[in-house]
Amino acid sequence: MNQDGTGLVTRSGSLPSEPYDVTVVGAGVVGAALARELARYRLRVAVVESSDDVGEGTSKANTAILHTGFDAVPGSLEARLVREGQRLLSAYAAECGIPVERVGALLVAWDEEQLAALPSLLEKAGRNGHDEAALLDAAEVRAREPHLGPGALGALEVPGESIICPWTTPLAFATQAVRSGVDLHLNCRLTAVGQGDAADGTPHTLRTSRGDVRTRYLVNAAGLGADTVDRMLGHDTFTVTPRRGQLIVFDKLARDLVRHILLPVPTALGKGVLVAPTVYGNVLLGPTAEDLDDKQATGSTAEGLAGLREKGARILPELLDEDVTAVYAGLRAATEDDDYQIHARPGQRYVTVGGIRSTGLTASMAIAAYVTGLLADCGLDLGGESRELAPVTMPNLGENFPRPYQRAELIAADPEYGALVCHCERVTRGEIRDALASTVAPGSLDGLRRRTRARGGRCQGFYCGAAVRELFDRRDWLATR
Amino acid sequence: MRRERTLDVLIVGAGPAGLTVAAGLAAAGAGRVEVLEREEQAGGVPRHCDHGGFGARTFAGFTGPGTSGPRYARSLVDAAVRAGATVRTGVTATGWAGPRTLDTTSPEGLERVTARAIVLATGARERPRSARLVPGSRPAGVYTTGELQQAVHLYGQRIGTRAVVVGAGPVAYAALDTLRRAGVAVAAQVTAEPRHGTTPWRAAEARLRHGVPLLTDTVVSELAGRGRLSAVLVRHRTGRLARLACDTVVFTGDFVPDHELARRGGVPLAPGTRGPAIDAAFRTAVPGVFAAGNATHAVRPAGAVAAEGRRAAASVRRFLSSGEWPPAVRAAR
Repeated sequence: MNQDGTGLVTRSGSLPSEPYDVTVVGAGVVGAALARELARYRLRVAVVESSDDVGEGTSKANTAILHTGFDAVPGSLEARLVREGQRLLSAYAAECGIPVERVGALLVAWDEEQLAALPSLLEKAGRNGHDEAALLDAAEVRAREPHLGPGALGALEVPGESIICPWTTPLAFATQAVRSGVDLHLNCRLTAVGQGDAADGTPHTLRTSRGDVRTRYLVNAAGLGADTVDRMLGHDTFTVTPRRGQLIVFDKLARDLVRHILLPVPTALGKGVLVAPTVYGNVLLGPTAEDLDDKQATGSTAEGLAGLREKGARILPELLDEDVTAVYAGLRAATEDDDYQIHARPGQRYVTVGGIRSTGLTASMAIAAYVTGLLADCGLDLGGESRELAPVTMPNLGENFPRPYQRAELIAADPEYGALVCHCERVTRGEIRDALASTVAPGSLDGLRRRTRARGGRCQGFYCGAAVRELFDRRDWLATR
Repeated sequence: MRRERTLDVLIVGAGPAGLTVAAGLAAAGAGRVEVLEREEQAGGVPRHCDHGGFGARTFAGFTGPGTSGPRYARSLVDAAVRAGATVRTGVTATGWAGPRTLDTTSPEGLERVTARAIVLATGARERPRSARLVPGSRPAGVYTTGELQQAVHLYGQRIGTRAVVVGAGPVAYAALDTLRRAGVAVAAQVTAEPRHGTTPWRAAEARLRHGVPLLTDTVVSELAGRGRLSAVLVRHRTGRLARLACDTVVFTGDFVPDHELARRGGVPLAPGTRGPAIDAAFRTAVPGVFAAGNATHAVRPAGAVAAEGRRAAASVRRFLSSGEWPPAVRAAR
């Protein structure tokens, strides 16, 4: 912790020798949300993250949907935490300026089997507490989505489903946590755990790529690596099988083709793909679902992309006429179980948060509150009532909210907000400067893109790539200005 | 609050097309003529083409050596300014507020500019790796020629040690020159075509003098590498696969018009080029809105584009004096 009460953000060097009260392994959306939650108590908290940024794994490469949980398994932990998390994150997003658009979802039925599945999905939505869901006939579907391909027989409408910025969310959590005293250690890979002793209070010793760090309580939020970390503590209760989802991001000029999140109807033959707008004004097509062994296989494949385009052509034919802006693939942390794998081990002062699959973004804040309760059950002294954290305001990356280049008063106060650098995404030099000087600053050009959208547009750097890199390379100098 | 202004002609894009239109109109006394350039320097793509041959004149069958891209860009800017046009840099046209009214952003603030005629000269860009749907990982070290040339010639940035160049058109050979300037070895050049698309002399020079193998009938099938590019996987027409170790790949050519502003303004596109559809007089289907240069067709040399600009200027001048617009403009080219 710094003298002013803010936390450290480190990327290299040895780790502090003073033991932490709680250390969270993994700075994905779940780990970051937990760090923020723990920051509300009088605790010394650290997050250790193997990559060079927050939200660098599965959290950055998903479908960016704030789910209602209408289709969760009723009574499951996931169903409960998704429902609570949706409410918490919606409120938090509004408070911090994380872009969210409540566009609603349509589960479109393309054949009789899918059509027949809709009533039971409606009933399930009701049991999950979503009474506003409704069935639509073919004409109603067409009226809501005029660019849909031919053959849509009907749909289930779920009004509460929203799109959200998956990059700003973990960053907001981490920013608020660090400003409230949590230390964030990046490029810090956990290699082994030397267990402490709860009886005499000896802390655990975490062996990392940057040396040892000691902690009384340990939380495993390692995402794809959660099973590996669990085994370091001697547990063999689940295995993470990475399920790859490839996604295609279409040009912003496609945005007017679709109004809702178009979800597939799950049937025995497997899940189809979705078409959804993004808060950045693009249209997403995907994901594939490929069970793999390699936890680093975040590449796209020719077959995967061809398959997506074939399915997309049926859902929204005109989409395929537009250029592709980006392609990415993320790995969902699937396990052999249908539910989240959240387990408290009081004897070890240890909590596992594993198997957080595609709903982790939505549920993150509820998971954080739940895990904090489990830590208290394990004996962690929370030190009294929680405090309100100083609010954070994140830079807006959403197309539906005013961006700096549109704001005369901002440009008048600081002309750097009128100096466009990335033309496709309309990112100004002022925004890039701010990101480079921010609490959790980017460690790479990709990190800068996730904070500003710079070089994330259709030209992928043809116009601005060198200019953005120049600003990034001069970041130490810029940050002082 | 937006500052509102009116002009006679507003030209979007200060590349060879836009600057020549501006020079022609201003010289002919077309009133207040202004060119908006979103980059900090006017001149367009030639700014970062650090090779000769720009503005070369052909006389009696012989073509002169011409000048370098940056010098040519400056001469076009000077000519437009000397003729009386205003060239404003760092100003972006962000959208339409009326049929001939554009909203702009610059460090000076927001403006709403209405003109009697608007000329879209927004140019073209290379399609990047993602739009080409090249699968694989997303490492650093993936360039288009445009980005590469700016990185090397404008900023002197470090590129890498060993590159693969995708494409064998004239732009690919320009990319080879830039890589050589940056001290990057070239592992191979790859093209889906059966042969190169440049002059025999250029192709022979690359292959024989600089030892760059040209793999024809070959496509890039995958990029590999975590963090940084480690290899480009290629596939020959026969199905034969190869792995080319490299830390840099440059996707060259495959130009597409930068058509966002046209489309946002409801200007119909020509299906073949995906640029604004225009007639022989550079008129789009929207009255008072013209388009010229590489925004309207596959990329042509700067000199040819500038010649287009001069003809477009004459057409805009005729419109300003007559106010006539044919009822239905069809794509003539």
